[in-house]
Amino acid sequence: MTPRLFIEVARRSFRRSSTYRLATASALFTNTVFGFLRASVLLFLANGGDLRGMSESDLVTFAFLSQGFIAVVGIFNSGPLTLGTAIKSGDVVIDLYRPAGLQQWYLAQWVGDAGFQVLARGVLPLLAGALVYELTWPDLLILPTFALSLVLASLLGFALRFLVALSGFWVFDVRGVDAIVTLISGLFAGLVLPLNLFPPALEDVARGLPFSGMIQLPIEIFLGTRSGLETVWALVFQMGWLAALLAVGFGLLRVATRRLVVQGG
Amino acid sequence: MAVIELEDIEKQYVVRTRAGLFRRERQIVQAVSAVNLQVNKGEMVAYVGPNGAGKSSTIKMITGILQPDGGRIQVLGMEPMRQRVQLTRKLGVVFGTRSQLWIDLPLQDSFALLRHLYRVEETRFKRNLDELVDRLDLSTFLDRPVRQLSLGQRMRGELAAAFLHDPDLVVLDEPTVGLDVVAKYAVRSFLADINREYGTTVLLTTHDLDDVEQLCERLVIIDEGRVVLDGSLGDFKARFGFERIVVVDLEAAVEPLEIDGVDVVERNGPRQHLRFDRRERSATDVLAAVAAQHSIRDVSIAEPTIEELIHRFYLE
Repeated sequence: MTPRLFIEVARRSFRRSSTYRLATASALFTNTVFGFLRASVLLFLANGGDLRGMSESDLVTFAFLSQGFIAVVGIFNSGPLTLGTAIKSGDVVIDLYRPAGLQQWYLAQWVGDAGFQVLARGVLPLLAGALVYELTWPDLLILPTFALSLVLASLLGFALRFLVALSGFWVFDVRGVDAIVTLISGLFAGLVLPLNLFPPALEDVARGLPFSGMIQLPIEIFLGTRSGLETVWALVFQMGWLAALLAVGFGLLRVATRRLVVQGG
Repeated sequence: MAVIELEDIEKQYVVRTRAGLFRRERQIVQAVSAVNLQVNKGEMVAYVGPNGAGKSSTIKMITGILQPDGGRIQVLGMEPMRQRVQLTRKLGVVFGTRSQLWIDLPLQDSFALLRHLYRVEETRFKRNLDELVDRLDLSTFLDRPVRQLSLGQRMRGELAAAFLHDPDLVVLDEPTVGLDVVAKYAVRSFLADINREYGTTVLLTTHDLDDVEQLCERLVIIDEGRVVLDGSLGDFKARFGFERIVVVDLEAAVEPLEIDGVDVVERNGPRQHLRFDRRERSATDVLAAVAAQHSIRDVSIAEPTIEELIHRFYLE
């Protein structure tokens, strides 16, 4: 796939996502409401003091910022990555008749959609939170690093969801796999609770899994709770998992297209 | 030059059926067996058969998304499965029941993307698009989101999408399914024109035998995984179209006529439909026999449609 084609696909994916106005507005509303809910739960737990090294404003910022991550990293669904359903319906033949790699094709769409989601659903929950609570704002110098980490988080989400979609070649209906991955990634990415509030043993496990790179690590960079070296490590961690998951996806895709049976006429 | 060459192609599927609570039985289904087919450049071939005959499997093997279990395939000089991506650059595909258009975006966005996908040079793309817009009459809805188009409009859009990159081979899988008469006509005349003027090779599967009759000189019938007929439509009719129906309007409603070698297949008041084998009796002969018994007010002779012929062919 040429870079030009990638950009053209991403652009149209961005535009396509922007046409779902009502869906975006209602999701944004839900994300924001849940931001307030989660913020108050965390404040209740903190009980007026710090919680495992996080101040009240850190906790509240975590709640609202992570709500903004949901659509960008694809925690709850696969967004434009419709490969799983296409495999089930047989529409995957259309994908296979395209002179472009399937993984890149869907990645380009993912990137375009994520770009739209950052603007539409990423920023507003945080601003809504800022109207009510005092938030922790990052040093401006850390913003480019945070942005890089956010991009990696979104790509990690893609790599993971691509594997879920590919399972459709073997399991016939991806919804079960999808539900399990949604549950696990919500928990271990830090969406349900920041990972540093987990029991220490479980936290260690969670920090070794790729999900932590989808929400927890970028937010820690935003909050400035990581030292310089720890920040570099977080980025390396994200890149490592990203490369590994993309490579597995690429390999499985090759296996799948060799043994493929397209459903129906 | 052969565009498609299939030699003794085989394909089996393993089907697992439940044989108990946990037990499942493996069953091997022979989807395609020993299929030989050669399609030359510029031909327009109809590939016809009942559901489950092996049509789709053959097409998937030709286009490189299904690995045959035996035999040899060459398409446009390539091995489809091994060179799938290269092959897709020279291939156009249209499915009556699937879409390659971006449903939420204006039709022209899908076209613009196809230009980058197939790396069509800008001036050639403009020229092709103008021509296709003109031939398929797309100008009134180019800027409308695809989901708002009627099925006929969308199919015209799909056709344009498949031809934008000047493919050498176009495979159409039931392109007229669900369309009304006007839209079917538009699709057919477009395909006929393109095939005639550009010599694009076309392989068409369809259940609509009017498609075959109006488009394809050559008919390949597949049934239970085997090619059972490969020839011209005329040959097919000559071989199987020996049945004739004569419709006679008599002066009065009478009992079914009794004539040797003639069956009365329908009777409406004074009108009777008489079926006979034209190898055994001639129409004048039959009419003379009728006239000997009753006076005739009017006569018409009906030819069987290929729909009926193929249906009968399947039954044999």
